Amino acid sequence: MLNQSSGNTVIKSKLIGRRMFLLTAAKAVVMIGIVGRLVSLQINERTKYKTLSDKNRFREWKLAPERGVIKDFFNKEIASNEQVYQVHLIPENSKDIERLFVRLKTILNITDKKLFYLRRVIKKQKPWEPIIVSDNITWSEFSRLNLFLHELEGVKPVVSVARMYPDNSSAHILGYVSQVSAKDLKTKKYLKDLHVPGMSVGKTGLERKLDKQIIGEIGFQRYEVNAFGKRIKQIQINEGQAGKSFQTTLDFEVQKFTSNLVKDKAAAVCVMDIYNGDIVSLVSSPTFEPNQFVHGLDKKYWNSLINNQMRPLTNKAISGLYPPGSTIKTLVALSALENGIIKPLDTFTCKGKIELYGEKFHCWEKDGHGIVNLRKGIKRSCDVYFYEVARKLGVDRLSETAKRFGLGKRVLKGFIEERPGVVPNTKWKKKFIGQNWYLGETLHSGIGQGYFQSTPLQLCLMTAQIANGGFEIKPRILFDKKNDNLRDYLKHKNENPNDPLPTDLLVSNFNLKPLFKNQEHINLIKDAMFSSSNEPGGTSYRHRFENKKFTFAGKTGSSQIKKFTEAQREAEVKQESLPYKDRDHALFVAFAPYNDPKYAISVLVEHGGSGGKAAAPIAKKVIKKVLERHDLRTRVNSLIGENV
Amino acid sequence: MYKSRSIQSSLTLRDKIFSIDFILVFAILILGLISILAMYSTDGGEFKYHTQSHIIRFSVFFIMFFVISFIQIRFWHSQSYIFYILFFILLLGVKYFGLTSSGSKRWLDLYFMNLQPSELMKVGLILFLSKYYHRISIENINKVRFLFLPVVVLIAPIILVATQPDLGTALLIAAGGLVVAWLAGVRVKFFTISALAFIATLPIAIAFLKPYQKSRILTFLNPERDPLGAGYQIIQSKIAIGSGGLFGKGFLQGSQSYLDYLPEKHTDFIFTLFSEEFGFFGSLFILILYAIIVWRIVQIGNVTRSNFGKLYCYSFATAFFIYVVVNMMMVLGLLPIVGSPLPIMSYGGSSMMAIMLGLGIAMSCKIYKDTPVN
Repeated sequence: MLNQSSGNTVIKSKLIGRRMFLLTAAKAVVMIGIVGRLVSLQINERTKYKTLSDKNRFREWKLAPERGVIKDFFNKEIASNEQVYQVHLIPENSKDIERLFVRLKTILNITDKKLFYLRRVIKKQKPWEPIIVSDNITWSEFSRLNLFLHELEGVKPVVSVARMYPDNSSAHILGYVSQVSAKDLKTKKYLKDLHVPGMSVGKTGLERKLDKQIIGEIGFQRYEVNAFGKRIKQIQINEGQAGKSFQTTLDFEVQKFTSNLVKDKAAAVCVMDIYNGDIVSLVSSPTFEPNQFVHGLDKKYWNSLINNQMRPLTNKAISGLYPPGSTIKTLVALSALENGIIKPLDTFTCKGKIELYGEKFHCWEKDGHGIVNLRKGIKRSCDVYFYEVARKLGVDRLSETAKRFGLGKRVLKGFIEERPGVVPNTKWKKKFIGQNWYLGETLHSGIGQGYFQSTPLQLCLMTAQIANGGFEIKPRILFDKKNDNLRDYLKHKNENPNDPLPTDLLVSNFNLKPLFKNQEHINLIKDAMFSSSNEPGGTSYRHRFENKKFTFAGKTGSSQIKKFTEAQREAEVKQESLPYKDRDHALFVAFAPYNDPKYAISVLVEHGGSGGKAAAPIAKKVIKKVLERHDLRTRVNSLIGENV
Repeated sequence: MYKSRSIQSSLTLRDKIFSIDFILVFAILILGLISILAMYSTDGGEFKYHTQSHIIRFSVFFIMFFVISFIQIRFWHSQSYIFYILFFILLLGVKYFGLTSSGSKRWLDLYFMNLQPSELMKVGLILFLSKYYHRISIENINKVRFLFLPVVVLIAPIILVATQPDLGTALLIAAGGLVVAWLAGVRVKFFTISALAFIATLPIAIAFLKPYQKSRILTFLNPERDPLGAGYQIIQSKIAIGSGGLFGKGFLQGSQSYLDYLPEKHTDFIFTLFSEEFGFFGSLFILILYAIIVWRIVQIGNVTRSNFGKLYCYSFATAFFIYVVVNMMMVLGLLPIVGSPLPIMSYGGSSMMAIMLGLGIAMSCKIYKDTPVN
């Protein structure tokens, strides 16, 4: 029994040992498998998992940078920043968003529509990213919010800065900022890494042109967070950098003055330094309230803007296109002189109209101007004289001169709303209209009608380049103390009055680009413009300044909207009796003071009637204001020159 | 050929102490110390509740391990069935008086600790079957008549545990029982038949599975299926281990763990935490320690004379190995998350108690290796 039992035991233990051996082999295989897995995870794929681990670990909150300010010539802020109170919400910190909304509604003034929008935003973004419930609440709302904060989990009261425009006189040229739109993100590459909720971008005007530099550099806070999104500690903070500030050439005082002057009209006014192209004033009217755009536009206000027939959102000075009318006559005359078509004293007879090519061409003076030479032609703005000159000159030579003086192209850089206008010629018509040029159209072009289209800024530039003696200048809106070649030349000329420089030296010594063949021709035009404003019979004689300090030389113009019928002409229908929409646009260009020109101005009054009546009085007041501030401006200029 | 019983029973204390397997004791101790460090790290580098509690448990059960080691192997043999029955009664007690936590009823409130009898049953079943196969003669092993009792004692606790529900522990209990039967010489065909039977009943079993269990299996097959739900654990665990790299992020530097990305870091995922902080080499060290423990228990099986001792040691070593690898494969994303602690390392009194009990009996086999059990 014992033997058998022990034999049994031995057999059994051998069996157990055999099977244990198999198990041990199996264990070894499994161990190798586990080690292999560790090798694969911790050695082969460690970079991948390290990245994933860091992704878990860190979260970044971006900080919107402070937008740079825009200042006028005298360093006064015309687009500044103000402190605003905002309500942010971090969805993941709130246990019940819907209840929170109900509670918020009782504290703040939030519409259901806004809540609907917020719900959609919450769904779209990461739960730890803050959304802006309201970006501009009043102090009393803000303090009430802080009072109830303990029951508003997830809500964060924030004191932030936002764009603030102290005045709306420069709304058009400054433009406005508003929330980043989907389209902005698509079209503006620099915004790609800049997207922070609540950040504003420039939509129009200077704000848009300067956006890239003025917007600043984004900051961020990097936090280590746990699995529940709770911030454990701050790892890194970068405050970002406030945007660059810019000084412009605008004079805020003139802007306010001019804007006030034209506030009831649909009008545009440009004032330019004729030596360096500094735009002293650029006003479009009626204006709008740019501050309204910063914090989400009110629908009603928006509708009132777009339904207004005076188009307050359009910057008429650079994107309004108007036939230049009689203001172009200065260039027609100049072109004819330069091309040797006429001599200053050549005359034509004006009988109120001429018949050419089977068509009647009327002068604005029904009874005619009689015998007219160049000076009288400009002074009285005789249409018949210029029909004749244009006929001899031809549209192609006219267009060449007009383009040289800045018409038909964009003259400012970086303003997407600026429009180039049209300077017609035979090629242009063939290309864009697909027809041959008719000789009759040359006559219309000669008085600035027909296909001619220009902006008030272009007309101002044209006048400035005549006023400065016929040298090219580039209009500019950003202050730049260099690039004042023309003034250097003037200084040189005054110091050596008896030693006029030939044209090629002008180019090489002062880097000037003369627009003339013979400067005498320019002087003839300037003199004719003087007569138009300061001699009896001149079209703007009534609005002249006797004081030499302010005396200006100008040219009126009115651009026809609708051609007069023969019947209207017979009945001597007055502009004032026409419906508003059918009245002519009133134009006036001038430079001042005549003896020592400093500034050029252009004034446009939409549907204002005749230039002499509607536009010249405005120009007169603005010229006075600008010239009164000239000394101040020079002083600042020299101060800056000395780098104080 | 056997030395007389009187000589055996007159082993001096000195003899006993010198016959302790010091390598095994040493390995357990090192692992215990490492587990305390790991626990300290899960508490975020502070000496808090978990660490304290783990130290106390490890110390108490480590002492218990020695006490058990010095109790005659004959006692463990004779009381095997009693232990099994006792654990089974406790399991029944869980069913009626158990504590429910996160949807399953696993614990008995014993005032000084919450006992999880299913952990003890892991050892209880091995003990029972070792004695059973020790006693029946080799001819009878593969007789169907003699298979009846093993099947019953295997299935009864499994059903109780699986319905708690605690699928992971139920499977681990079953694994231990099957290992004993296999080592005792039960033919492969019986395993094949029962495997087939198991597969045949699988559809019915699946019908009884709780939705979360189904989801766990599906999620194992494709963790990205539900990255924030059930798959979250596997993904985060893999990230933690992978980001540990060769040398780890350093003690207390495991960002995945202290930022709470790791689920159950005290218990099932303690290896993940350790692996994140100590990297590939640290993990390898742990693996080697476990391998040493398994190897030493197998060695005890080799030197112990009784078949009860052999069966028990081999089976327990294998079961211990299975617990370790199942846990590791789980946190490495090689197996579904079934909820099984890592022996000694994981936080949990019952698991520690069961493992120390199992190790203690194995050590008793060593000390009394030449003592016949009956």
